[in-house]
Amino acid sequence: MEDSKAIIEAIIFTSENPVQIDKIREVLPDVEKGEISRLIKELMDEYEKRSGGFILLEVAGGFQFRTRADLGYWISKFLKGRPAILSRAAMEALAVIAYKQPVLKSEVDSFRGVDSGSSLKGLLERKLVRIMGRKDVPGRPIMYGTTKKFLEVFNLKDLAELPTLKELKDLHKET
Amino acid sequence: MGYEVKLEIFEGPLDLLLYLIKKNEIEIYDIPIALITEQYLTHIEMMKSLNLDVAGEYLVLAATLIYIKSKMLLPSPEESPEVEEDEADPRFELVKQLLEYQVFKEAAMQLGQRPLLERDVFKRGYSAEDKNIDEGKDEIDVDISVFEIVEAFYRIISKMEKTELIEIDMDKMSLTDRINEIMDRLTEKKKMTFTELIGGQLNRRMILYTFLAILELMRLRMIRVYQAGSFGVISVALVMEK
Repeated sequence: MEDSKAIIEAIIFTSENPVQIDKIREVLPDVEKGEISRLIKELMDEYEKRSGGFILLEVAGGFQFRTRADLGYWISKFLKGRPAILSRAAMEALAVIAYKQPVLKSEVDSFRGVDSGSSLKGLLERKLVRIMGRKDVPGRPIMYGTTKKFLEVFNLKDLAELPTLKELKDLHKET
Repeated sequence: MGYEVKLEIFEGPLDLLLYLIKKNEIEIYDIPIALITEQYLTHIEMMKSLNLDVAGEYLVLAATLIYIKSKMLLPSPEESPEVEEDEADPRFELVKQLLEYQVFKEAAMQLGQRPLLERDVFKRGYSAEDKNIDEGKDEIDVDISVFEIVEAFYRIISKMEKTELIEIDMDKMSLTDRINEIMDRLTEKKKMTFTELIGGQLNRRMILYTFLAILELMRLRMIRVYQAGSFGVISVALVMEK
């Protein structure tokens, strides 16, 4: 009798990118989605309890092993790499796009009060933002939205995991 | 007593305004326009005198502030009952924009505080020799999107002489022919750069057809298009069957 939990764990380990439950189901068609979910949750708890170097996370609509956030310094040291830092301008543009997608460049400019052209270009190059098509109005301007990579980089399960604009607004009322 | 001029770096005029509002401990809902306009203009002067680049948007907002200030000096006419008291306030639009911007500024900060991939957390698959953490010194080939392909073609066309763009209609090649030709050459050579693909035939039809052919083959997932780092050489290869 196969050990489904071990198989799921091995699959997620092998994959470089987050694995969706549907993909796991293709390999284990006799196991119900709910059961797969439950087993994954068990795995997540086990890794959490272990207090080891990495944990199992739900990110970008799938599951992936990632190192613990507090160990970042050591891994960076090991990789001898300097992480790419996004400028504040790029982060602001990214925030607007994340919350308002699909959104036009002119709208991003308007929200920020500045021209966001270079920020937008950088975000497109880094694949955090993508073109979602054109708006059906005169001029047919391009609409932008975030990518799956955006979710992966910012450690998000999905867009709903972001704090809502209202929550952010209330945060300010307190200061 | 020495004066210490500390110049904050601002991400645009709205950012500067928010700073001034906070500094003066003003209610954003009741901005004393005269005071804020004066301080804002002083700041612009400061930036200019320090040879900082004052983008056009700063001046636009300066004009807006002065306009609002002038409107508030005028006696208010009888307002029609449909107009909301708020909206009659000349500062209304600006305050609305400021509040919205403030929320996005907060959102950006919150995003930055999350555990970030390749800064705080890491996934599998890196080796110590892998120097290409996301950006910077990208030596490794990266799959690219249509966006970069368009740019690449634009670069090629820009470098061409105008005369070469004149259509030479002797070779009545069709798009299908071009697609087949590209596939044949790739099967033989496995991997080719854009420049190699176009060969010496720098005429408009060839370039256009090559561009369309590549897009179509990408769509059919028969080829991979990738780039050696940002702005690097773009190459095309067959998708290998495993």
